[in-house]
Amino acid sequence: MIYARRAWIVLWKDALAERRSKEALNALFFFTLLLLFIFQFTLGGDRERLADALPGLLWLGFVLSGLVGLGRAFLTERDHDCWEGLLLSPGDKSAIYLGKLAGNLLLMLLVEAITLVLFGVFFNLDVGRHLPALAGVVVLGTVGFAAVGTLFAAMTAQVRARELLFPVLLLPVLVPVLLASVKATEAVLAGEGLSGVTHWLKLLAAADAVYVAVGVLTFDAILEG
Amino acid sequence: MNRTLGWLVVLGLVAGLVMSFGVAPRDAAQGNVQRIMYLHVPSVLVAYLAFAVVLVASIVYLMTRREAADRIGHASAEVGVLFTAITITSGAIWGKPTWGTWWTWDARLTSVAVLFVMYLGYLLVRGMVDDRERAARYSAVVGIVAALDVPLVHFSVYWWRTLHQPPTMLKPGPSTMPGVFATTLLVNLAVLALVYVFLVSKRVRLLRREEEALA
Amino acid sequence: MNWFEPMMADFAIQVSALKKIYAGRPILSDVNLAIRPGEAVALLGANGAGKTTLLRILATLSRPSRGTAVVAGHDCVKHAERVRECVGFVAHGAWVYDDLTALENLKFWTTLSGRPTDAETLRVALTAVDLDRFAHARVRTFSVGMKRRLALARLTLGRPRVILLDEPFAGLDQQAGKWVDEYLAAFKASGGCVLLTTHSFGRGLGVADRIVILAGGGVVLDTPAAALSNDDVRRLYEAHAEDDA
Repeated sequence: MIYARRAWIVLWKDALAERRSKEALNALFFFTLLLLFIFQFTLGGDRERLADALPGLLWLGFVLSGLVGLGRAFLTERDHDCWEGLLLSPGDKSAIYLGKLAGNLLLMLLVEAITLVLFGVFFNLDVGRHLPALAGVVVLGTVGFAAVGTLFAAMTAQVRARELLFPVLLLPVLVPVLLASVKATEAVLAGEGLSGVTHWLKLLAAADAVYVAVGVLTFDAILEG
Repeated sequence: MNRTLGWLVVLGLVAGLVMSFGVAPRDAAQGNVQRIMYLHVPSVLVAYLAFAVVLVASIVYLMTRREAADRIGHASAEVGVLFTAITITSGAIWGKPTWGTWWTWDARLTSVAVLFVMYLGYLLVRGMVDDRERAARYSAVVGIVAALDVPLVHFSVYWWRTLHQPPTMLKPGPSTMPGVFATTLLVNLAVLALVYVFLVSKRVRLLRREEEALA
Repeated sequence: MNWFEPMMADFAIQVSALKKIYAGRPILSDVNLAIRPGEAVALLGANGAGKTTLLRILATLSRPSRGTAVVAGHDCVKHAERVRECVGFVAHGAWVYDDLTALENLKFWTTLSGRPTDAETLRVALTAVDLDRFAHARVRTFSVGMKRRLALARLTLGRPRVILLDEPFAGLDQQAGKWVDEYLAAFKASGGCVLLTTHSFGRGLGVADRIVILAGGGVVLDTPAAALSNDDVRRLYEAHAEDDA
């Protein structure tokens, strides 16, 4: 009970601060828009080629905006030494991890929803028709992404070369999540549904479970600063 | 004790070379190039062993905070990365004449490459964090995440390749392998495992000396 | 509540043979210090003498390389969580979020510590540090001194038994400084233990029962404060700490 309240207050604090500053959301929205331009410019106007690459591009967009968004998730904790406060507050530190993870997950899902709409508008992607299956894949993939991302963001927040170390650590670990998500998205967008890709969905679920569990178990070692 | 181990390694390496180049016959299909397998296959197995040791050392370190566990994890990761590099390089040298290309996105090649960058990340964390104790904690977490990721990487990369094309080459199972090939492989595996133990013990001792010099 | 607790807690803070190496450099080489409940100690020393490091070890923010630190009967390494339940710590950072109001900040930290957060309790704490008028103002607009006062309000809400303060008077005006003095005096009288660092002579020495000077990685002077005037302290400080800087 107290555990849940402690996790909730972390989410409450981050959501409240974000609602007031809108720092992350505004920047990420703009960033995503720019990504679409870049995809269009680098791949040229060939609609068919773009359609083939769409699942990959979609996840590339998620990954890039996720890297930017997650990378700054713990920066507010560095101001005014709040980091010390998180560590010194008595109680299980994994509650803080879960609160942070929930906040990051919300932010990423919001940005991803915007990305999907933008893809629908600019790349003629029929989001509506595939929505339930697509949403399922996106959520499954994003949970794993955010789980390791939150852990590594906490770790690299205190390191000098944070901007470099964070993606360098995160991307190799995320290879399974990315492969599975892109494959499942390919199937959904091709209109094949999810029945042919259940093995990928199982892999995603397994990855999500493993990453969240590791995050819960090791976060206090990271928080020690 | 360490000196004995050193001489054992030297003897073992000589024996391994003799087995690989003298005793094992020239492969009928691939020619002499096939002999690279005697380095390649044991290297990757020893690398996996090294990363398993990193996992155990990381867990032990986070639970007990014993510096000895951290040093073993550190040393084992370095040697593991070394053996992964040997695996990739020897694979590329073998691949050029056999497949006609240095690199292909073959399932096993790719997953070893992912392992390589993951554990490079582990070593990078150690290098970038100044405080010794903090570096130990951070890298232990990376060591655990990376090790648990290994099966996920393996399956995902395997499915990713094989759902599109059949495996590039059939894996020679141990049952179809002539006895002398298998023996040579096993001898080399034992020798490289010995090299691993030797390097890790040397490195652990060096790390301890470094810390003692600073303390 | 177990029966041997009073005995264990004979000293509120007990540091023995403490050594800390950071980035290959010894910061503390051999520190020994014991403080009783109801006692306040001022820790003096030049920059880099290790005052902050010692405080951080006692607060369980940092682990000693060798030796032990025991706070309220709990080992700072083995039972860090127990120590955290008893310790109030205010250092340079005020632990505030700029986009939250003063009240929201207090609510956050109190909830995170698993303590009750009824509106009345939070109000009282804010009023005590004279911030009740700014309860709904965002902390971003606060001055350094106001953030500091908010940190002290947060400290009182934690109901600590041991208070560790790093330069508590930095950035505080006369009035807020006086409030801190009064709060610490009352806290001491109720059996609480205070360890504070300072290098501003005069401030913070009023509440101290003992003066401890840290130099060369260890305690070079540990003397009752009662008999000392501010000038005495300054002379002692110059004699013992300056040559270390």
